[in-house]
Amino acid sequence: MQSVYPLLEPLLPLVRKPIQYAGGELNSVVKDWDSCDVRWALMYPDAYEVGLPNQGLQILYEVLNEQDGVLAERTYSVWQDLEALMRAHSVPQFTVDSHRPVRAFDLLGVSFATELGYTNLLTALDLARIPLAAADRGEEDPIVLAGGHAAFNPEPIAEFIDGAVLGDGEEAVLAITRLARSWKAAGCPGGRDGLLLQLAVRGGVYIPRFYDVSYRPDGTIGAVVPNRPDVPRSVAKHTVTDLDSWQYPAKPLVPLAETVHERFSVEIFRGCTRGCRFCQAGMITRPVRERSITAIGSMVEAGLAASGFSEVGLLSLSSADHSEINEIAIDLADRYGGTNTGLSLPSTRVDAFNVTLANELSRNGRRSGLTFAPEGGSDRIRKVINKMVTEDDLIKTVSTAYASGWRQVKLYFMCGLPTETDEDVLAIATLAQRVIQAGRAATGRGDIRCTVSIGGFVPKPHTPFQWAAQCDHETVDARLKALGAAMRADRRYGKAIGFRYHDGKPSIVEGLLSRGDRRVAKVIRAVWQDGGRFDGWSESFSFERWERCASAALAAEPVDLAWYTTRERGYDEILPWDHLDAGLERDWLWQDWQAATDASGAAEVDDCRWTPCFECGVCPAMGTEIEAGPTGKRLLPLSVVGSKSSEAIQPLAMTGGAG
Amino acid sequence: MRFASHRDIARAVERGVRRAGLPVAHSAGFSPHPKISYSGGAPTGAASEAEFLEISLTAELDPAVVRDRLDASLPEGIDVIEVADLPAAAAPRLEASEWRVVLPGVALDDAIRAVEAFLAAAHAEVERLTSKGVRRLDARAGVVSLEVDRRATAEAPTGCAILRMVVRHMAPAVRPEDILAALRHMSALEPASPPLVTRLAQGPLCTDAAAAPAGLHGVAALGAATMAEAPRPGRRDAEQGQVMETCLVAGDATTAGTAPASAYEQLPRGAERPGEAGCAREPDERDRPNARDRATEQRVS
Repeated sequence: MQSVYPLLEPLLPLVRKPIQYAGGELNSVVKDWDSCDVRWALMYPDAYEVGLPNQGLQILYEVLNEQDGVLAERTYSVWQDLEALMRAHSVPQFTVDSHRPVRAFDLLGVSFATELGYTNLLTALDLARIPLAAADRGEEDPIVLAGGHAAFNPEPIAEFIDGAVLGDGEEAVLAITRLARSWKAAGCPGGRDGLLLQLAVRGGVYIPRFYDVSYRPDGTIGAVVPNRPDVPRSVAKHTVTDLDSWQYPAKPLVPLAETVHERFSVEIFRGCTRGCRFCQAGMITRPVRERSITAIGSMVEAGLAASGFSEVGLLSLSSADHSEINEIAIDLADRYGGTNTGLSLPSTRVDAFNVTLANELSRNGRRSGLTFAPEGGSDRIRKVINKMVTEDDLIKTVSTAYASGWRQVKLYFMCGLPTETDEDVLAIATLAQRVIQAGRAATGRGDIRCTVSIGGFVPKPHTPFQWAAQCDHETVDARLKALGAAMRADRRYGKAIGFRYHDGKPSIVEGLLSRGDRRVAKVIRAVWQDGGRFDGWSESFSFERWERCASAALAAEPVDLAWYTTRERGYDEILPWDHLDAGLERDWLWQDWQAATDASGAAEVDDCRWTPCFECGVCPAMGTEIEAGPTGKRLLPLSVVGSKSSEAIQPLAMTGGAG
Repeated sequence: MRFASHRDIARAVERGVRRAGLPVAHSAGFSPHPKISYSGGAPTGAASEAEFLEISLTAELDPAVVRDRLDASLPEGIDVIEVADLPAAAAPRLEASEWRVVLPGVALDDAIRAVEAFLAAAHAEVERLTSKGVRRLDARAGVVSLEVDRRATAEAPTGCAILRMVVRHMAPAVRPEDILAALRHMSALEPASPPLVTRLAQGPLCTDAAAAPAGLHGVAALGAATMAEAPRPGRRDAEQGQVMETCLVAGDATTAGTAPASAYEQLPRGAERPGEAGCAREPDERDRPNARDRATEQRVS
């Protein structure tokens, strides 16, 4: 397959940050085209700088390329400057690895971390010269598969994709590869449809075209019915178990271009059972599956040696909840003391233990800022969302943080949560002021800071809030404005408190795309045709365009933008994703939704890792169970890291002692 | 590699050094940085066969070993040509660069006429758009020599002219793109697609360079420097043996051995790719409306 680089190259000097299109990342793989019989193009539908560090894509890239006869290359969204040039010079969408045209591949896997990438999918398909509608594609076009969290409701893009894979991709892509291989080897029986049927029946892939959706006169869904005999009524998510046997990425991609995350990330566990009611990630990735301390240790060691990164991120949905996080923090800090290697963990939990951990991890480096996510301003609203942390907990935690030398605390909140009032949001201002007071008291210094960051809440499928009315953007914006004013009002804190917010309009569009059905495809197409690109970026996002295109595209339907977003759904309504199975009992979600909005105060749900099962339904439905330690093991020191002897020239990988 | 900015290259080198397990010295302070310094990197969009950098190490190492390990650890397209270990006092004398510029779609005669007109002029004012606005500079002042490489042009695929130039390092810097802007302005020399710029060499300027009409050898290639190990314990930061690196530019080593070379490394081999300055600005502060994305972005430290 010919590289399009000779066509692309003369265009690159004319665009911004050309290096992002050049490929050649350390640890990237270019395989011989002709010696492979299954060829994947993997896409992250956003800019390279955001897409390259994406863990999911890197994992699948490595898993696939490890297979004999299988080739995987990556492609990202091109910025509008290059898009225009590619159109003018007839350059198709290409992979960055060897600049092959995307249309030449057998499969195009697109990972959607957010629904705001949908318009970028259309750009890529169009540039690739792949028909936008799956129904119009022929034998020469790749099978277009969606994955990522947004694939748990792919209905808005059902028209544009051939299939969607729910859940963990590692085993799923291998199963798809096997089916594609034997289908090709058998001479492509049944043509394109033949492979899709195989994927639906034997590959656990959701193929939208094999399901007919009917609507009632009021606009709600009448039924979703398979239109082929062997196709399952409901498509289940994929769950990878025993993470220790899937140690990816082992060879992280190291780009020349600057990206949003410049570090080696290790997923220390997958899944979360904290039960925050707004959190789609926590609901759809159950159960918790930990990676052992020893596997984490060897992944960090190998990953640093293979990448040269100077920072390690310990990723998960709630990293402090790993059963051996304390040992992991201490042992890694010991191992990498004196090597100028930074350790970090994303944190959403508010408790003093988190500060202790952060102290441990930053033992070798700087203490700049700590981040916590109380999500709601008042104790009442935090109960509604099941974020079980009181204001006193928070104050105690930040006092500990400031006293340990952290100068800045960042607090994340959401606006527009179910049952939220103006007072709940204004409580954030009081909270921030108490945080500063506590910090000043704990340190006796005046230079401590607190940043409040807040964005609009979007109800997501497969969560207890999937039935909720999304708060309209006028209300969200009014509350944000009032909050800003309240925080600026008191001069004693004015400069110590920073305020960052995202206005409510993008959340409404995200809401439309998150809980939309197949009719929303018309809106997406209209927006894209109108020039909509990179909707996740404030500089290119246009609410006016989405509003205008939605009302035009849905004019003939009994539904509109508000119907999809600010309307509360009832128990009996068939939701567009009800035939897609994340394992969660619908009734359990409903009960949790009722518990959240109970007039006598929200009931709290604990974490099933430490308390009895709450019967969310995932484990029996998926045949999985919680996989958590402790293992009781520790990490041994690496023999030569940071040594000043001449041995130090040995790369880490050669030093052994992985523990 | 042509499209990589200084910062891109610097990051790649830092990571390469870590991958190679080299005991690099770090700056003291709140956020320690590896002690690696660069001089006069080629602009984004230009390939280079002669870049130099210095790495301070905390231990004495055989330069050949450093060369091999570092070379193996760097991404494809960045090659370490030579490493030399030199005393800190031996400062580099990178006074000028030699460049090759391929001008697609330009006829030989047009190129010759444009070059003659340029050389005949006393000044060649051009404007360059910088981050601080439009800046005016005299492109002629930086040019030590400029010539159409007839032989290379004859050997090249038809329809392109190849220039060779030696440009003095000065402030404000005159870049090949400025000279091309002057050619465009003075003689309407307009390549069909962006010119391919490659830095061929850097080094001290021979005194007779400007007067050397035929030879485009105004730049002396640096000779392989002597490997003088010089760790000088004593001062607080002086446990560092300064391991420095040097590059050898193929051929034309007119002053080999005499160059007060410090330590340099030759960087990108830069496959033949088109060039012109791209932008190497900071990545945009991502302003995502998606509140849920935060979960993966929050960090504790």
